[in-house]
Amino acid sequence: MRYLPLLWAGLFRKKARTILTLLSIVVAFALFGLLQAVQVAFESGADTADAKRLLTTARYSIIEPLPMSYARRIEQVPGVVGVASADWFGAKYQNESNAFPVFAVDPARYLDMYPEFTITPAHREAFARTRTGAVAGKRLADRFAWQVGQKLPISSEIHPKTDGSLSWEFDLVGILDADDPAVRGNTDMVLINVAYFDEARQIGRGKTGWYIVRVADSTQARTISATIDGLFTNSPDETKTQPEKEFALGFAKQIGDIGALVTRILIAVFFTILILTGNTMAQSIRERIPELAILKTLGFSDGKVTALVLAEAVLLLILGGGIGMGAAVAAMPTLNGSTGGRFPPLFVGAETWLLAAAVAALVALCIGLPPALRANRLKIVDALSGH
Amino acid sequence: MIAVATLVEIRRVTKVYRRGRERIEVLHGIDLDIPSGDFVALMGPSGSGKTTLLNLIGGLDTPTGGSITVGDRRIDQLSGGELAAWRAAHVGFVFQFYNLLPALSAQRNVELPLLLTDLSAAERRRHARIALTLVGLEDRARHKPRELSGGQEQRVAIARAIVSDPTLLVCDEPTGDLDRATADEVLRLIQVLNHEHGKTVVMVTHDPKAAEYARRRVHLDKGTMTAEPVPA
Repeated sequence: MRYLPLLWAGLFRKKARTILTLLSIVVAFALFGLLQAVQVAFESGADTADAKRLLTTARYSIIEPLPMSYARRIEQVPGVVGVASADWFGAKYQNESNAFPVFAVDPARYLDMYPEFTITPAHREAFARTRTGAVAGKRLADRFAWQVGQKLPISSEIHPKTDGSLSWEFDLVGILDADDPAVRGNTDMVLINVAYFDEARQIGRGKTGWYIVRVADSTQARTISATIDGLFTNSPDETKTQPEKEFALGFAKQIGDIGALVTRILIAVFFTILILTGNTMAQSIRERIPELAILKTLGFSDGKVTALVLAEAVLLLILGGGIGMGAAVAAMPTLNGSTGGRFPPLFVGAETWLLAAAVAALVALCIGLPPALRANRLKIVDALSGH
Repeated sequence: MIAVATLVEIRRVTKVYRRGRERIEVLHGIDLDIPSGDFVALMGPSGSGKTTLLNLIGGLDTPTGGSITVGDRRIDQLSGGELAAWRAAHVGFVFQFYNLLPALSAQRNVELPLLLTDLSAAERRRHARIALTLVGLEDRARHKPRELSGGQEQRVAIARAIVSDPTLLVCDEPTGDLDRATADEVLRLIQVLNHEHGKTVVMVTHDPKAAEYARRRVHLDKGTMTAEPVPA
């Protein structure tokens, strides 16, 4: 701390130059924070996947339904401790742009499968008890100002009722949420009671979209997956079972390799920053050679002067990085609000902060080390005489 | 007659610079004793080696041959780090162009050597304030160097040189960039530090008038002392 005024004075010796450099670092780190948040949001399904959960879908396409009767057979596979099913409803609310996932599920079985979701016991009980019941994710409920107890009129794109109408009506009996922000994106949905849905739909009765399978031992996941798929080999409805994480990653990659895209953009951004800031740092130190020589004259050792120059680069990155990341965090509520809940919630988590700190340290080292080494080698007599 | 202890003892000191293949011997076997409390003016024409000798005495450079003892330390045998620590503890420097850090206030410039001590921030401020008062600039503590006149800048540099209470003051043309009146003020200040505060002063100067403030003068020419030290 005792050297902070010295570092600060050195850094802001040429205010305009330092502020411009700082701004470029702020922008780079704001971009870093935002893009990382997007990447985390896209990968949150995979990141929050439970290693003990498997997904069983139709072998060739997830849109092919599977018989509901498979549940009992899957339950009997050694190592399986629970099975739930879910079916895609394809919903719209009020108009075409208000689309969100609606899954028809067995309330108790499905919620047991996802302990990371939070729902009050009263809402859970009401959902299990009410055939026309539905529970909605909190963000979705907030977006449409839904209240528990109201009717929920939803249109399905693919499931007509027995009377041929695509308009359905459910009773909103509960709200679903998650404590972990990464999981919260997975609650942007409505769950409806499959008992009512299966009875009231015109087509596809007795079928479901996929199964969620809980196993006792995650190390046995592959074996159990193979066993499940083996049960239905050569049947009209063959299955493909895989760990939830694999499924989520595969699903995310259908949109695009967000991780690779984000990484490439950030590499380009930080490479540019490295060149710009490195050049500025080098120029700043070149201009201060006599001042560094004076510090050495006064008794600052080579090591101390080297550390001061490095610390200046670190301070620059701490300032720029901190403000940039802070700006990214500050932008999150606005961004999340502007997506209207159509996108998983963006947030800057601890991992992103740690990654930002590591990137800042690396950039500081890259831009600070060359001038620091120059300062280290500086000979007082030569520097003071202008050589 | 009271025997005065020798503070700086220089024996057969040589200094050689190399410029590519060229070997330039700047000092040729200098012998010099500077007693504690002395005020020596090192004089001589340009290129005579006086600044080189001053740099060696102040531990800014090391001799090629010979020995330099200051107090009880052979400073020619110290490593770079040891020499830096020794300078911080024992030597104050005053240069022709002041060499203040332009981004720091006068107060912060004076505090610089104290950053290397264990003093707290409050103690550092107090010491710096005392040093600035001693040079008559307590009311300029918050000013940046560019807001001061040349004479004031040099007095800040002197405050910086004495703030850690060094034994030895090393001054390289301290009045070379000042007008006569201001130069006299600065030289009187250095003389006060010598006479009243017991600082041993070694000063390089071209200016015979400046040299008159010293207790004695040492002449160098082409790297050799041209005359025995004569009391001023």
